[in-house]
Order: sequence, then C-alpha cells, then structure tokens
Amino acid sequence: MADVPLLAIEGLQVAFGRQVVVHGVDLTVRGGETLALVGESGSGKSVTAMSVLGLLPYPHASHPAGRIRYRGGDVLGADDARLRQMRGGEVGMIFQEPMTSLNPLHTVEKQIGENLAIHRGLRGAAMRRRVLELLELVRLPDPERRLGAYPHQLSGGQRQRVMIAMALANDPALLIADEPTTALDVTIQAEILDLLADLKARLGMAMLFISHDLNVVRRVADRVAVMKDGLVVEQGHAATVFAAPRHEYTRALLAAEPSGRPEPVADGAPTVLAAEDVRVWFPIRGGLLRRARDYVRAVDGVSLTVRRGETLGIVGESGSGKTTLAFALLRLQPATGRVVLLGDDISRRRPRALRSLRRRMQVVFQDPYGSLNPRLSVAQIVAEGLSVHRLARDDAERERLVAAALEEVGLAPELAERFPHELSGGQRQRVALARAVILKPDLMVLDEPTSALDRTVQSQLVALLRDLQVRHGLAFLFISHDLSVVRAMSHRILVMKDGTVVESAETEALFQRPGEAYTRRLIQAALGPA
Amino acid sequence: MRGPRLSPINRRRWQQFRRNRRGWYSLWLFTTLFVLTLFAEVIANDQPLFVWYDGAAYFPVVADYPETAFGGFLPTTADYRDPAVQEMIEAKGWMLWPPIPYSYDTINYDLPVPAPAPPSADNWLGTDDQGRDVTARLIYGFRISVLFGLLLTLTSSVIGVAAGAVQGYFGGWTDLLGQRAIEIWSGLPALYVIIILSSFVQPGFWWLLLILLLFSWTQLVGVVRAEFLRVRNFDYVKAARALGVSDGVIIARHVLPNAMVATITFVPFVMTGAITALTSLDFLGFGMPPGAPSLGELLAQGKANLQAPWLGITAFVALAVMLSLLVFIGEAARDAFDPRKTLQGGMDG
Repeated sequence: MADVPLLAIEGLQVAFGRQVVVHGVDLTVRGGETLALVGESGSGKSVTAMSVLGLLPYPHASHPAGRIRYRGGDVLGADDARLRQMRGGEVGMIFQEPMTSLNPLHTVEKQIGENLAIHRGLRGAAMRRRVLELLELVRLPDPERRLGAYPHQLSGGQRQRVMIAMALANDPALLIADEPTTALDVTIQAEILDLLADLKARLGMAMLFISHDLNVVRRVADRVAVMKDGLVVEQGHAATVFAAPRHEYTRALLAAEPSGRPEPVADGAPTVLAAEDVRVWFPIRGGLLRRARDYVRAVDGVSLTVRRGETLGIVGESGSGKTTLAFALLRLQPATGRVVLLGDDISRRRPRALRSLRRRMQVVFQDPYGSLNPRLSVAQIVAEGLSVHRLARDDAERERLVAAALEEVGLAPELAERFPHELSGGQRQRVALARAVILKPDLMVLDEPTSALDRTVQSQLVALLRDLQVRHGLAFLFISHDLSVVRAMSHRILVMKDGTVVESAETEALFQRPGEAYTRRLIQAALGPA
Repeated sequence: MRGPRLSPINRRRWQQFRRNRRGWYSLWLFTTLFVLTLFAEVIANDQPLFVWYDGAAYFPVVADYPETAFGGFLPTTADYRDPAVQEMIEAKGWMLWPPIPYSYDTINYDLPVPAPAPPSADNWLGTDDQGRDVTARLIYGFRISVLFGLLLTLTSSVIGVAAGAVQGYFGGWTDLLGQRAIEIWSGLPALYVIIILSSFVQPGFWWLLLILLLFSWTQLVGVVRAEFLRVRNFDYVKAARALGVSDGVIIARHVLPNAMVATITFVPFVMTGAITALTSLDFLGFGMPPGAPSLGELLAQGKANLQAPWLGITAFVALAVMLSLLVFIGEAARDAFDPRKTLQGGMDG
C-alpha cells in the first residue's frame, strides 16, 4: 500500500483542438508531501493540474495519451459520479483569483456549507459547527461574526482563507493549489504560505502546488518539477534543485531574479518633476443632501522630486495610493497641491493647455493586455502620439519614427503590422514602452510595468528600462509592490501606506537599515527571511 | 489609415456568422427579396416595359407618352390597359408586359366577380375590396416596409449611438441628466402622440419616419452607454488620454468600435420593431396615406373582409416570413459577435 503513490500522472498529454500543449508529463505525489510545479505562463502547468479533476473544457480539450491514477484508480476514464466525489471531497482545489472564485451572492457560511452538504450531507447546527471549525483552522479572525459576511466584505487575504477552508472542508488527502498567492500582497502572501505549510503538517495532506514564483516555491515545496513548453525538464528534491539545478532552463529561472543597480545620477542634474503636498480625497457622501460626511484619503499630502536620469521607486501594498498618486501627478486624476514639470506649474493648467505638455510625461501601465487597443495594429498604436503632437511631417517620416522606436525597445520592425493579440506579454509591454518613448518624454511613470510578466521577461525589461534611462536621461517614477524589481531599478524609494509617505531613502540604505516596521515587513515578505 | 483587409477578428466573426446556417440562408433570401422588390416597377406595373410601335421604341415605364403617339385622340398619357389603346399598338407593333400587369394602385375593372376577387390566373393572390391586385400591392408594400425599416433603423442608430456615447464617455451630470430625460421621454405614450400628431398633418412616408424616430432613438442608448462606461476606464483609453489625444478622437478611435459590437447585434431587432410599428399604424389607419401599398392596410382589409381569407393570409404570411428572416439574421449576428463563440478554437493553450 505504501508503494502506491497518492497521485500518479503517467505520460499525460493535453490537447486543445488539434494543438497539443502538454507533451507527456510524468509526476507522482506521495501522501503528505508537497510537489511544486514551476514554470512560466504557457508552460502547461495549470492545464496539467486541471486534468487531475477533469476540469478542462471537454470535449474541446482532450488527452491523446497518458493516464492519471489517484490511489491507483484511473481518473481520466472515470465517470462523472466518481469525479464529483473526488472534487471537493478527496481532492481540494484552491484557485488563483479569490475575487472571482467565490460566489458574490453567498455568505461565507453558505459557500463552505454547500461543500459539506454535498459530500457529507451535513445540515443545520452540525454544518455550522464544522464551518466554524474550518474557519478557525484557517485562522480567519473573528469567525463567528464572519459566518454571515459576503465576499465583498472580506479582504483579499481573508477571501483566500475562505477558499482554503472550502477546499479543506472534507479533509482532502490531496490539495491542489493553483497560484494561490499570486493575486495577493507580499505581506499577505507570506501569511497564506505559512498557513498552508502549517495545515499540511497538521492534517498530513499532500499538496500539488503550482506557481511561477520561485521565492514562493522555495518556502513550501518538498519536491519541485520544472515545466517548460509542456514538458517536465527537471524534477527533484527542492533543496537539490535550488542548490544545483541541472537543466539550463532551471538555471535561467533561478538567475532571472532582477539584479544589477541603476547608473548613478549625474551631479547637478536638473529637477524634472517636483510635487508638493499632493492630495486626492474622495468624498463619502451621505444623508438626504448627499453632503460629504468624510473623505477617503487616497493620497494625503505627498511631496516628491525626481531629477533627470533618476528613478524614484514608489512601493507599498495595494490600496496604499501608489497608482492614484501617479495619476494625480499626470493630471489624469483631479487633485490638490502643486505639481511642477520642468519649471512649469501644471496643477492649474486647463485640460486643453495641458495637452501639448502631455508629450513631456508618459505612462506605461501594469497590464500589457489592457493597455493596447486590440483593434489597432502595433504601428497604429505606436504612431498615435505622433499625430496628436504633429511630430511627423508625412507618412514616410512617421513610418521611420515608428520603426526607430520599435528598434529602440528591442522589437523587430516586422511586428509593426501585427495586432496586440498576436504578441506575447513581454512584447506587448515593449509596444506600450515604444508608444511612450517615441514622443521623447522627460518623465515616464511606470505603473507596475513588470508585474504581469514572467520572471525571465521581467529582468529583460528591467535591463531595457535602465538602458533607455541612460540613453535619453529619462526620469522614472517606478511604482511596484515587487521589491526585488524596485531595488534593481531605483535610486531612491518612497514607501507609501494609507496614502502617506512613511519612509523615503536611498535604495541601498533603505534595504540595509529600514527605519519603519512596515518597511521591514515588506522587505522580509518579498525577499524571504534572510 | 486602415488597410482594406478585414481584421482577423472580423474575419472570424464572418465565419461564425456563416456557420449559423439558418441565419446565413435567411440573409441571402432576405437580400434577394429586397433587391427584387427594389425593381418592383419592372415586375408589377400597369404599363408595358417596352413598346415597339411603327418602327420606333418606347419605354413607358421611364417616360410618359400621350395617346396620340400611338395614333389615338387624347393628348393625355396613354392608358395601356385600355383595350382600344392595346389594339392600336398591336396593329403596328408589339408590347412587352411585366410578369404582373398591375401596379399597386391599378384597379382591375374586368373582374368576373365583385371585389374582393379570389386568386385566379389573372390575379395570382386575388384582389382586395377595391379590385386592386394583391400580388402587386404585396411587392410594393414589402419594399416600402423594408426601406422604412432600414431608414428608421439607420437614423435612430446614429442618434442613439451619439447620445449613448456622450452620456457614457463623459459620465457624471451629463449622464445623469441624459438618463432622466430619456426615462421621461420613454414614458410618453408614443402611440397616442402619433395619433394626435397625425390629426395635424397628413402623415406621409417622411412624416411617419420623423414621428417614429422621435421615440425609437432611445432603444440603443442604454447599450451604447453601458459599453462606453465600461471601456472608458480601460488602460488603453487612459493611455490615449496620457498621450494627449482629444476626447473626440478617443471616442471615435478607441471606444466606439467596442460599442459597435453591441449596436450591430441589436440592429436587426430594431429593424423588426420599426417594421412592426409601421405595420400597426397602417393597420389602425394612422399610417401611410390612403392608396399607398402597405402590409398593415392589407391586414386591415383581411379583418374587414373575413369572407376573403386570401387577404389576411397573404398579409400574415408576408409579415411572418419577413420578420422571421430578420430575427434569424439577428440571431446569427449575435452569434458572430459573441466572444465565447468567436474565440473558441482561437484560444492558445
């Protein structure tokens, strides 16, 4: 009995239509161990995990070859009744997105209770007792009161705890966790990972843990399988794989941690942007006359300066006001306070008068999927700013400038005729960069430009940004929650919390001697306990 | 700016549209019927298409000729259905008649029975109670209905999309006031307003179009507004604002194409609504002027002459076929723009 692994995947292939995306994967998970499946997006790791519970969109998806055995029994050939018994019963699953994987119309009690009712037939007081027990197990604060709460009343971390409670409801022998912490803030990520590790030890479950983030995997995994292009390229004990990676792809992944430091700023470099006491308050209206009763202080009195060729990193958890601050500085968001761009006070300018100044300050967004109009070709997207500011005299010049901008961000000019959906995430982000760079701005706001990208692509982009900065003397406002990227990019760092700046220092000084407890917590969560 | 080639997504939509066989055939059938009825004058007319008389060619459909041209006495336009005129022409030449030798307002005085006459070899679908050929009236009526529907759909879409775009893009007070105004406006009892208006003016085609337009433009506003509210917060719209692009250009280039999907999906259904509205006004007698060919009037005749079932049945079948075809086309269009269906198989794993 001890020799039959809990889960055995043998030569599994997965195809969508005629396109095979997983080409024969062998994995085993034994009772009580954690196997981490690591790989970049598109490597087939999620698809492999979904096959275990038959959650792929069949019949569009199919398995040309291979088998999956759970406790020795075939899963791929199992009927629906058996699969339903496994799902949520013997095998629990946690999804990446805690916002959308909970039903917004059901209370916490109902979400978890549904699972108990289906698999155990629990009702009424017995069900309630078990739900409370589970909520205590996942350490949701104040569980009694949370029973009647709806998902929108919980924070991201709390929602993820509810998700875990749902997955654990029927004492599963195997827990499949698909990027369970990716959508969370770093500090909360750390808490959830600790919780998972603790639960695994206490309940003796096995875990199939899927992630693209090696930092996360390092914390939880007993064994690691590295996937690339639908194949497992390396598999072994976590310590061995991290200490002595055999496959070059694993080495590339490990080395992909953004490194290096930005070029120092020239002495006497002029100030590009100076902001004083910037505030963005959103009124909370109430009463019959809808008068403002109170304000949400999204940004509350922030002052900063950036010089030519300098990167100012802005870090903080989500909701700390980083992005709102950036939009206020760009005058895309109404705000009070003084914003001086190149000696020119832009905070009082009328929108029409501001338009010509937009050329001087550009922005790159986090989501390379959302920031490009899917209906326009790359050339049209990049050229848009040229026509607004009349920078090209004729079509030939426009084409030349677009080609130059594409080359500058490391894209082949042939891509000009493609559409965004034909590009990879990294390429899209380069297109967004080209759209900004073509205007030769002085200031660029980079709003989490690397967060949606894979690690290896991230470090390439960081290198490209540093290169552009040196070449054009650009000033960057670099917003991120990812401290390793911020460290590789920034000269100085502002730490934001609840709309205010809690700490501001030179990058290395901040990392060596963080002044605030909040900063220490951010650094520790991001880089792991030293 | 934009190349002539269909963008990949539109090509995929076109394929998806064709995959809905029912909608695809409906589109063909409807287009054929519509194009045919556009040439109603050469299909059903009380004048010959071509006259060869005394070594000269005449085209009565496009030009008027006095009776004297064919050796008659009256200086008025020749009545080719008059046996005397026919005799004169055939003595020195020949005539080519359209397949249906009646126009929509031709009264057949040679009926063997009192009007309405049942279907016969002469009047394929019988005549109405004034002795006019039902087939001819049907062809002209179909044309007027479809043209009216198309025009009303086009104009109300343009106004509706513009109003929805402004409300959705600018939001805030503009949106609030616009929405309240539309709510009040759609609260007006449209039918009574039309009945009251038609007592002031003698409603013709254009008057009816204008009056119905007053009430039909609101249909698309909600859809377009919702789409604009959604898209205006997309990153690529923000990126365009950060580039300094003006509001008008952002609307036209970045936001409107998204809203067009919802609009196009709705258009066939707006059109069926427009045709139904015209038909019901005609049925009630507040529509097109008396004598104009209209399906609604034919329905009313069918109701008044239950002893002549061919009237009611013809009008019913014609309306049912026309509206069903439009609904089928609409369904196929909805499929074509359904992202779940269009993107299926296009997903990369």
